[in-house]
Amino acid sequence: MDGSLNMVGYGLAAIGPGVGIGLIFAAYISGVARQPEARGVLQSIAILGFALAEALAIIGIGLAFVL
Amino acid sequence: MNTLLLAASDTFVPPGPRDFEFPGIGGSFFTKPMLIIVLGTLLVAVFFYFAARSAQRVPGKLQFAGESAYGFVRNSIALDAIGHEGLRYVPYLATLFFFIATLNIFGIIPYFQFPATSKIAIPLFLAVISCVIFNAIGIRRMGFGGYFKAMMFPPGIPKPVYVILAPIEFVSTILIRPLTLCLRLTLNMFAGHLVLLLFVLGGEYLLRDYGGAVGIASGAVAIFGSIVLTFFEAFVQLLQAYVFTLLSALYIGGALLEEH
Repeated sequence: MDGSLNMVGYGLAAIGPGVGIGLIFAAYISGVARQPEARGVLQSIAILGFALAEALAIIGIGLAFVL
Repeated sequence: MNTLLLAASDTFVPPGPRDFEFPGIGGSFFTKPMLIIVLGTLLVAVFFYFAARSAQRVPGKLQFAGESAYGFVRNSIALDAIGHEGLRYVPYLATLFFFIATLNIFGIIPYFQFPATSKIAIPLFLAVISCVIFNAIGIRRMGFGGYFKAMMFPPGIPKPVYVILAPIEFVSTILIRPLTLCLRLTLNMFAGHLVLLLFVLGGEYLLRDYGGAVGIASGAVAIFGSIVLTFFEAFVQLLQAYVFTLLSALYIGGALLEEH
């Protein structure tokens, strides 16, 4: 079996953003459940937070291929 | 190209970054991503030209489609992220959104099936344009010194903290913002395309070369998974176009206010 250790590292590095994105959407869902009329405002904030947290995972996969 | 590789080596060659390099069409310098960029640009331009040409008070079908598409960027990106002043930047944001969305969607259109934005040059160029625009807006609004002062020295913070905060804010605004804009789009498209390739090529290998009951059963699952993932990819491609445009709008909005 061969492969790159980089990919194992990337798998480990993706745990953090994974947890982060989960927390963001958990907060978004409970926010909408409490105040359904705030959905429009919360949606763009949630997607913004998702994009910022996801950037870490994305940088990780970039480095996994480059390094 | 990959089927040739498979036939030659007879073991499964997983897809990698080399699958993103194309030879020129007919031996020329003109490659498939370039073709997709030209087609995508023409598609967006022609669509909006004909949608906006001879605009009626009561819109026809094409004009309605064009207006709803433009209205989406205007209402849910420009107005939400920047506010009323954002109306001035809707043309840029709409261009950005539809250009990126079209190039992304080429990733699931049969025959093309390559998201041109997974080549880093395009997102990098777009991110640099966005960066120049929001910095220029801030400088025009507050003057050169005023803009950098507002950016690096936000009020209401203990003086010693500025030693750390000012360089972080400077690097973050000038360098990290365009860099993450660019990398986010590129690598989302790169990773998405790679996963699709893995499912399709792996499924093909399992069905055709591995064979047997195990190969056929797992290959069928992989091919079915690739269909599901194609739809997921379509969602991600539109979402990433939205995210790129939303973040550009937020940066422009931040430069207009700049008093966090």
